[in-house]
Amino acid sequence: MIEVKNLKKSFKDGESTTEVLKGIDFIAKSGEFIAIMGRSGAGKSTLLYQMSLLDEPTSGEIFIDNKNTFSMTPAEKTSFRLIALGYVFQDYALLPEMTALENVALPLLMQNIGEATAFKKATDALTKVGLENRLNNLPSKLSGGEQQRVSIARAIAHEPKILFADEPTANLDNESSSIIMNIFKQLHKGGQTIIMITHEEEYSKFAERIVHLDDGKIVSMEKN
Amino acid sequence: MLIIFVMFFTFLNLVVVSGILVGLIQGAIDAVRTHYTSDIIISSLNDKSYIENSPEVLSIVRSLSQVDAMSARYIDGGTLEANYKTRSNEKEKPNTAVASITGIDPIAEDKVTNLSKFIVEGEYLTPMDYDQVLLGAYLVKKYLPIDSPGFTALNDISPGTKIKLKVHGVEREVVVKGIIKAKVDELSMRVFMVDSQLRSMIGRNDYNVAEISIKLKPGADPSVVRDILKQNGIDKVAKVQTYADAQPKFIKDMVDTFALLGNMLSSIGLVVASITIFIVIFINAITRRKFIGILKGIGINEGAIEVSYILQSFFYALCGSVIGIIVLYAFLEPWMALHPIDFPFSDGILVAPIGGTMMRIGLLMLTTIIAGFIPARLVVRKNTLDSILGRN
Repeated sequence: MIEVKNLKKSFKDGESTTEVLKGIDFIAKSGEFIAIMGRSGAGKSTLLYQMSLLDEPTSGEIFIDNKNTFSMTPAEKTSFRLIALGYVFQDYALLPEMTALENVALPLLMQNIGEATAFKKATDALTKVGLENRLNNLPSKLSGGEQQRVSIARAIAHEPKILFADEPTANLDNESSSIIMNIFKQLHKGGQTIIMITHEEEYSKFAERIVHLDDGKIVSMEKN
Repeated sequence: MLIIFVMFFTFLNLVVVSGILVGLIQGAIDAVRTHYTSDIIISSLNDKSYIENSPEVLSIVRSLSQVDAMSARYIDGGTLEANYKTRSNEKEKPNTAVASITGIDPIAEDKVTNLSKFIVEGEYLTPMDYDQVLLGAYLVKKYLPIDSPGFTALNDISPGTKIKLKVHGVEREVVVKGIIKAKVDELSMRVFMVDSQLRSMIGRNDYNVAEISIKLKPGADPSVVRDILKQNGIDKVAKVQTYADAQPKFIKDMVDTFALLGNMLSSIGLVVASITIFIVIFINAITRRKFIGILKGIGINEGAIEVSYILQSFFYALCGSVIGIIVLYAFLEPWMALHPIDFPFSDGILVAPIGGTMMRIGLLMLTTIIAGFIPARLVVRKNTLDSILGRN
């Protein structure tokens, strides 16, 4: 479960301060699939970065499984991200000189779970996203949709508590986007908590709940 | 590949520059050992011009099992005159030169110092040669065209030329049998003749010689033999020195000076290498900043990322050094030993002791690792989100 309390984030630009998040209160239960929507500049990505511990909020609190993340040191946050969180970036963010399997296995290897286990889990995750035949391909030999599937495999291989996805279909065609969204749907069915940012109404329907953001505030929450 | 190449040349710069500078002097030292002092030299005490009881000394030396060969030399100062036949009147300046006249057993001398190899004109002496001499090249004008008020050489000299030799007031007309040119001054500045000839001129009927060069069998330790000779009381009548003892202090100082100079030049190479690595790693890390951000984002700790860059730098330095070691010890050093650099005063070799080379490799590794770590740290420390989003 993730709970956000009165979360604020502002950016200083010289003398002026821009408040991007203006007191967000929000709870995502375990196993929930939430889509965050809103126009550009509404604060969607900023909210995702705070919740996923990639950035420091100006004020407010974030609890993940009742653990206050505010008190964590940067090293603890890094370790927590490695173990408990998963990320799917808009531009896949794969390491170009590593194969699909190595990209997925890397975070597992960093958890010191043993090479054999890491590669077994990485293979399972790639099989889950339908890339069991592309294990040894470099990202450059994969299509955009396949690269994003590798990215999802990397994000789920260590069975994270929460999977964060930042516009995962933004760079993909319709067919690839549908494949990706169906993977999310299957993951959700399997009990995975997912928080996803999307611009597209069509894909937000895959989520259980849609959170609408505008001008740094939650303006509506609706159930699908 | 290019970086490994840079590291390879840096390695060579570190080892070879100082190695050649030291080798320049070492070549001269080796030449003096091989062609003059040999492994041990026994010479007259400072207040004597000869070694007392030389026959006894020689028999002690001969009795040692470590001795391979020896050459006993009679030495006395003398003057040479070249134009005594062509001078038309007494006012004409005589063409003279002053030299050490050295009486040798040609066969024994050649066995110890290989003197015959330095004959550039004419022939080497034989034991039966009578009134024949070898002239050092520094005594012949065409080999040493220096016009100094304090130094004169003989004009128009070639094998077969007759010159007048005056030693101890005894004057004799001798024939130049050959000319010796070596980079060892002690050879190039002397006149050599058969020992019995010189002995008769200087009246050395007691057979007391001035110098004994001793060549040891391979593996024999000169200092051990020196000590044995001293224990036999030879140091009471002569100076007993190993080739190293006989080196003048300025030679040792020159070796140290050249080593220091080499290290100074090498350190410039080290700075260049570290700057190269710094730039390479910095550019690499900057262009991969987004990926570094992503790695941090997915939970890879900063230390692991920095270590990966350190390993990368280490790899470059290691590859460069390994290639350098192979080239150095499999090719350069043996090749230069066979084909020394022809410096004016020595045959320069490459001196690269393995201990010193290893120390330099360690230095190169350390510098490279630091040069790789600093830019990696600079980039890795940047805000994770800024790196992922490409913000400054």
